[in-house]
Amino acid sequence: MGLAKRIIPCLDVTAGRVVKGVQFVELRDAGDPVEIAKRYDDQGADELTFLDITASSDERDIILHIIEEVAAQVFIPLTVGGGVRAVEDVRRLLNAGADKVSINTSAVVNPQLVRDASERYGNQCIVVAIDAKRVAGAAEPKWEVFTHGGRKATGLDAVAWAKQMQDYGAGEILLTSMDRDGAKIGFDLELTRAISDAVEVPVIASGGVGNLQHLVDGVKIGGADAVLAASIFHFGEYTVRQAKEYMAQHGIEMRL
Amino acid sequence: MMKCKSITLVDYGMANLLNVKRAFEQCGAMVNVIEEPAHVLAAERLVVPGVGAFQDCMDEVNRRGFGEAIRSYVDSQRPMLGICVGMQILFDVSEEFGEHKGVGILPGRVQAIPRQAVDGKAQRVPHIGWNHLIEPECGREWAGTLLAPFRGQRPAVYFVHSFAAQPENEGDRLADCLYGGHRICAAVQRQNVMATQFHPERSGETGLAIIRQFLNL
Repeated sequence: MGLAKRIIPCLDVTAGRVVKGVQFVELRDAGDPVEIAKRYDDQGADELTFLDITASSDERDIILHIIEEVAAQVFIPLTVGGGVRAVEDVRRLLNAGADKVSINTSAVVNPQLVRDASERYGNQCIVVAIDAKRVAGAAEPKWEVFTHGGRKATGLDAVAWAKQMQDYGAGEILLTSMDRDGAKIGFDLELTRAISDAVEVPVIASGGVGNLQHLVDGVKIGGADAVLAASIFHFGEYTVRQAKEYMAQHGIEMRL
Repeated sequence: MMKCKSITLVDYGMANLLNVKRAFEQCGAMVNVIEEPAHVLAAERLVVPGVGAFQDCMDEVNRRGFGEAIRSYVDSQRPMLGICVGMQILFDVSEEFGEHKGVGILPGRVQAIPRQAVDGKAQRVPHIGWNHLIEPECGREWAGTLLAPFRGQRPAVYFVHSFAAQPENEGDRLADCLYGGHRICAAVQRQNVMATQFHPERSGETGLAIIRQFLNL
């Protein structure tokens, strides 16, 4: 009996609705965020992640209301990301009920934000999200970091970047394979393993889950501490409970 | 009709009080949030949360004069619950970023979680996620304590921390969890003084049951 691996359903939120895309585009409506959060809590989700994928900053405050409403009804940890640009944004999300705040684009634009936020609130509540894409034709496997919801290449090497972010005070790395996002063919296990071997903080694997074996592989082969998935839960293919039972049957310590 | 239980939640500027407040309200408690040490002694039940670095928390506790107020409150024999860094500050000393004095109600030190498992393999810090509570080595039973609802069980609760208390008095330990084979002190209870390293307000139904038990003690 020790620390359980976590299953984290991810809710991409825009204009007050949960949506899900394929390789970061082609969004499909999945429902009301508060209802979905409660459903996953009932099913035994270990945490919930909300990503505000709203392009317009006018709608940004919607996520604060959603987080407040979810936090009043769901008593498990909530991570919130999307559009976090300043320490003040971190404070507002924590005050709304987020336990952890995820920083992605702004970490690249202004790495000092990660340092300032983690010194202020502790590294346990600062998650750095990395969207990585395999570099085609490289001799050694290599992945490049993308920002702005996957639209902008940065030239940064994902493994070096993850290490740097740990040094800046990231308490956790949320790693998404852009090649696999929504593709349902499993995590990029080589990428997951490369990052989880490179850092000492927990790693959450994301992008590509299509069946329950993919979750097992993310932990056993990829070395992830937590697995994040969206489509398989949103559209009713599996419940979180089924996923946890499957992982436990395959020898992974879970909270059941 | 049952009388509504009330708690006094200490706001010393170093915690996200809202989630703690919501969880106690969910359990039917009236929550008074206070910013003045003078109000501590009027509490029926005192709750001291805390997040971030130990020293930052203690600086605020001392600057606002909460240390003395909490010590006097504890002498009154009424129940108190510390959560996360709110547990750690009850001890003598923390080794987080140098040596820093705590409130000193419980003897012991707050030390870094080992970065190696007992088998020598590297392990991740912070310790984040759901871990299972076990009885401490001294065999202390949970009957009549904060964890009474879980006697004979190993409930999973949510942790997120890089440092952990090492009580000098083994009898103060209420529960441990295992991380890489190391025992980490997960909860303490000495008479009316109770504290959890984990977050009951974030531990789902299990956490709410622990909060209800605190309200009933």
